[in-house]
Amino acid sequence: MKKLSKLYLGIVFFFLYAPILVLIVFSFNQSKSRSVWTGFTLDWYVKLFHNEVILNSLWTTLSIALIAGVVSTILGTAAAVGISSMRRGPRRLVINTTYLPIMNPEILTGVSLMLLFSFLAIPRGYLTLVIAHITFCVPYVILSVLPKLRQMDRFVYEAALDLGCSPRKAFFKAVVPQIMPGIMTGFLMALTYSIDDFVISYFVSGSSAQTLPITIYSMTRRRVSPEINALSTILFLAVLTVLLLINVKDAKIWKERRKKEAARL
Amino acid sequence: MKAKSPAYPYLAWMIIFIVAPLLIVAYFAFTDKTGAFTLANISQAGQFSPVLLKSVYLAAIATVICLIIAYPLAYILSRTKVRTQRMLVMLVMLPMWMNFLLRTYAWMTILENNGILNRFFGLFGLGPFEMINTQGAVVLGMVYNYLPFMILPLYSIMEKIDGSVIEAAQDLGCSSMGVMRKVVLPLSVPGITSGITMVFVPAVSTFIISKMLGGGGNLLIGDIIDLQFLGLDYNPHLGSAISLVLMVLILLCMSIFNQFDNEEAVLL
Repeated sequence: MKKLSKLYLGIVFFFLYAPILVLIVFSFNQSKSRSVWTGFTLDWYVKLFHNEVILNSLWTTLSIALIAGVVSTILGTAAAVGISSMRRGPRRLVINTTYLPIMNPEILTGVSLMLLFSFLAIPRGYLTLVIAHITFCVPYVILSVLPKLRQMDRFVYEAALDLGCSPRKAFFKAVVPQIMPGIMTGFLMALTYSIDDFVISYFVSGSSAQTLPITIYSMTRRRVSPEINALSTILFLAVLTVLLLINVKDAKIWKERRKKEAARL
Repeated sequence: MKAKSPAYPYLAWMIIFIVAPLLIVAYFAFTDKTGAFTLANISQAGQFSPVLLKSVYLAAIATVICLIIAYPLAYILSRTKVRTQRMLVMLVMLPMWMNFLLRTYAWMTILENNGILNRFFGLFGLGPFEMINTQGAVVLGMVYNYLPFMILPLYSIMEKIDGSVIEAAQDLGCSSMGVMRKVVLPLSVPGITSGITMVFVPAVSTFIISKMLGGGGNLLIGDIIDLQFLGLDYNPHLGSAISLVLMVLILLCMSIFNQFDNEEAVLL
């Protein structure tokens, strides 16, 4: 049974990783062919770093992700605080509406925002991309902050008020530290979704501003170029590094917690 | 903390950018170019019902395949040692972090007529097989892209199943099949339903996977919507009508499905 499950794990992981491996291998291939190996080269990486279009869209992607991440984190955290003090009925209504962009197919969100922008006569470009990204990021922030607010110890806030804090100061000193993990999760989710988004960006971007996924899409449409493979390899390594770092950090926290527990016993 | 005011900026944002756009879609769906009320768009959208059915059919197949692959995997994951578990879960998530366009592009290079698989078959004097631009390729693309969405919710629910419950069933004489059917399966129903939702919704509305792996002959409903808004058939009124139909269809599927889910929960 043990062997069988290991075999099964192996097969599924092979299925998940073989295509990525193929991409990576052919990023070092001399010829433009996607299936015949002719020799090792790093040319495609050199070309990639001289490709203005890709570098520009990478910059657009990162700047939009940062703006959308920060704005949606502030907007969403404030919203979560306000929502949690609403009465049951309105709260339900607001939360259900917040779920809409998450539950709806992405294409519908994209199309509906596109219609809104043409209705308001806002030309499609950087601004519309930022607005759209904030719109689909805020729900993730709200939904990760709300549970933290529910678990929070309300008396700390009241104690801060009793000890002479202004409500604003009490909020930043007593509430924010308690819900910080939720805010950070929301911010990271917003960043990830913003960087990764293709479908919604596709409908709201113009020719003036393109994100990396849109550039990748037009590259796969137009002609074959191993530069995409080189780009995939770099992105894959970047993601791998980030995940490994998170994993190492988590493992450390976990170990320390266990040590503390052991010490307590 | 009894102030609702911090939510006001978001409420304004929500009304302008979430609620209003959906109302505009509905408005476009029921009007013509002059702005007069009409049902013509909706009835015209009916022409595309074969495409809609095909989308539902292919997405359903992909969802079932995902479930069949993911279920044993999630179970195996949830029963391994905690340390290996964390690493394996990370490995499941890693491909998800690559943009899905790149993952689909990878399959394009593999399935092509002179792609790697056909060259491999060629070594044995087989083929070349027509693999890209088929329905099978589209389903494969869906399965590959959305498999982690099935594995993760299943895993997170199975991880919570107490090992002693399974042992108790074994002590009481359950066979391993019996344990699966009577203990693990009922306890993992919430994971199954959320996994199915997370795979089916994006699969049924996809328009890139079908374009890249299905060629021109396997257009799905998402492609038709895309054509109405950004393609040559520019007609946002018809596009809105089709989008509206798609949304209603998904809501309908989900509510039927949730009904089934609740009954299941009551039965057990």
